[in-house]
Amino acid sequence: MTTTDIRTAQTTKTRPIASAAATAGGHLSSRWASLAAVVLAVAWTIPTFGLLITSIRPEAEIKSSGWWTFFTNPSFSLENYQAVLGGRGSDNISPSFVNSLVITVPAVLAPLLLAALAAYAFAWMDFRGRNVLFVAIFALQVVPIQVTLIPLLTLYVDLGISGTYWAVWLSHTMFALPLAVFLLHNFMREIPRELIEAARVDGAGHVTIFFRLMLPMLTPAIAAFGIYQFLWVWNDLLVALTFAGSSKNVAPMTVALFNLTGTRGSSWHLLSAGAFVSIIVPVIVFVALQRYFVRGLLAGSVKG
Amino acid sequence: MHYAAPTLTMGGKFFTMALGLLAFAAVVAVILLLAALAERRGGRRRVAWLFILPTVTLLVVGLIYPALRTMLRSLYNAAGTSFIGLDNYLTIFQSDDQLLVLRNTVLWVLVTPFVATAVGLLYAILVDGARGESIAKAMIFLPMAISFVGASIIWKFIYEYRQEGVPQIGLLNQVIVWLGGTPSQFLVGTPWNTFFLIVVMIWIQAGFAMTILSASIKAIPGEIVEAARLDGVGAVQMFRFVTLPSIRPSVVVVLTTIAIGCLKVFDIIRTMTGGAFGTSVVANEFYSQSFSAGNQGLGAALAVLLFVLVIPIVIYNIRQMRASESQR
Repeated sequence: MTTTDIRTAQTTKTRPIASAAATAGGHLSSRWASLAAVVLAVAWTIPTFGLLITSIRPEAEIKSSGWWTFFTNPSFSLENYQAVLGGRGSDNISPSFVNSLVITVPAVLAPLLLAALAAYAFAWMDFRGRNVLFVAIFALQVVPIQVTLIPLLTLYVDLGISGTYWAVWLSHTMFALPLAVFLLHNFMREIPRELIEAARVDGAGHVTIFFRLMLPMLTPAIAAFGIYQFLWVWNDLLVALTFAGSSKNVAPMTVALFNLTGTRGSSWHLLSAGAFVSIIVPVIVFVALQRYFVRGLLAGSVKG
Repeated sequence: MHYAAPTLTMGGKFFTMALGLLAFAAVVAVILLLAALAERRGGRRRVAWLFILPTVTLLVVGLIYPALRTMLRSLYNAAGTSFIGLDNYLTIFQSDDQLLVLRNTVLWVLVTPFVATAVGLLYAILVDGARGESIAKAMIFLPMAISFVGASIIWKFIYEYRQEGVPQIGLLNQVIVWLGGTPSQFLVGTPWNTFFLIVVMIWIQAGFAMTILSASIKAIPGEIVEAARLDGVGAVQMFRFVTLPSIRPSVVVVLTTIAIGCLKVFDIIRTMTGGAFGTSVVANEFYSQSFSAGNQGLGAALAVLLFVLVIPIVIYNIRQMRASESQR
């Protein structure tokens, strides 16, 4: 079973007959096509752009005129960001920025490493029940997290970790495992058997092979899944709300913003700046590592 | 239910993170140590089991056991004290409120995938092979990096309402005023408010559709396209008889994946309307019933319903994914 990723890499490298789509899309006069594309691209960007402009306007201006007047009547201010990042009181969401970071990093590393171990076993070791177990793990992607939330919450409360980072880390790790195992397994099977055999002949055990051979070769896969998981966890609301929602110490930016829309629903000066602070990290990650993210997306579109 | 922990400083938080990572690394180290030992003793099978042990344990504890508990819980009443069989499920399909929730969910699942896929496909075709293609695609793809909450704030701002005669601050109402109409409260008026919420999901998912379909289009063998052109096929016919059939499995994968995402959509509704004004969907209602209304029996039933609805779509999705892979 060839991975989507390898296929994509091959087809994007070999773009011979120009692009099939340009001809498949047919003889659209390219000027109309360009215009249509520009219109769509602009339409897609305007919403975000509007909020960005709003975030750098003074509060009084925001309340009295539309952001589009910024260009005819500019009035620039960073006070919104100051309120949201440095101000005193509950408008300051910078603690939740730290929370987002603290929640996301382990929630990306843990499932990666655990899934890599499991995927390696499924790909390269022979044991009874291997196929059944793999299919079962794969099938677990079907389970929506809603059916797990309440019993998990009860479990965490009983264990005394409800409202702490641990509850969120564990939850994100558990939810990510089925897809992670599947993805990494796919990538691992692409590694030529001869390499493994050669290492075995040299006397390397599974543990050595895993660390010295597998992990380095898996870097693209790890990057792909890592970024995918990073965005997923950073942008998650439901898991954080359920397990850490009432704990200001732990709640990430999504929860803080969500609360802000509830309590200060019309305070667009705060909401716009806050939203942008929360957006900037994933956007940077996304822009810098877009290629890997796309690969992860192409390989694991089941997650939904 | 949640205890109030003492305020953590930033340093304290990073320390906790380091602690968490360390604890996790310790678990992995123990596993690897045991595995290395087992291997020396020739216990190949034991090594395999050790490698999959953490994963299997977490999945049983985190997915299987809770899922079973929830299914059981859905058969009990709100307080969990008496067994009521399938009553909660009957409520879902009989009570007016819940039927509205179902109707909205169906709207989401039917409208979003097709519109988002259509836009994504159109755009993929338009920019394919053009100069600046990657930037063009990035602009459509960008909303996927934004959290649903962030997107909800962005669009809530666009839908913002001010009375007639007063300067508008929401873009949509301003456009309506410029065109001579009167501003309206988009998020309040049923049933159209659901569609305004759906627009947000379309905005986000079009980038996903575009990415998958763009890759799929590029994978169409050039010979087929050339042969069709030599036969004198026009643009629309090319699309209908060459492009679309070739990418059909990918289109289905995209449609079903977006549909699954719509079944689970929670953030958008919760942030923009809280589920009020008749906009609630199953995933949102699950949360409301379980946490706000204290009816965990009904909430559990809604979660199980979600599960049941998702299963056939995922199975179909996987089949199509296999088909699209083997085609390429």
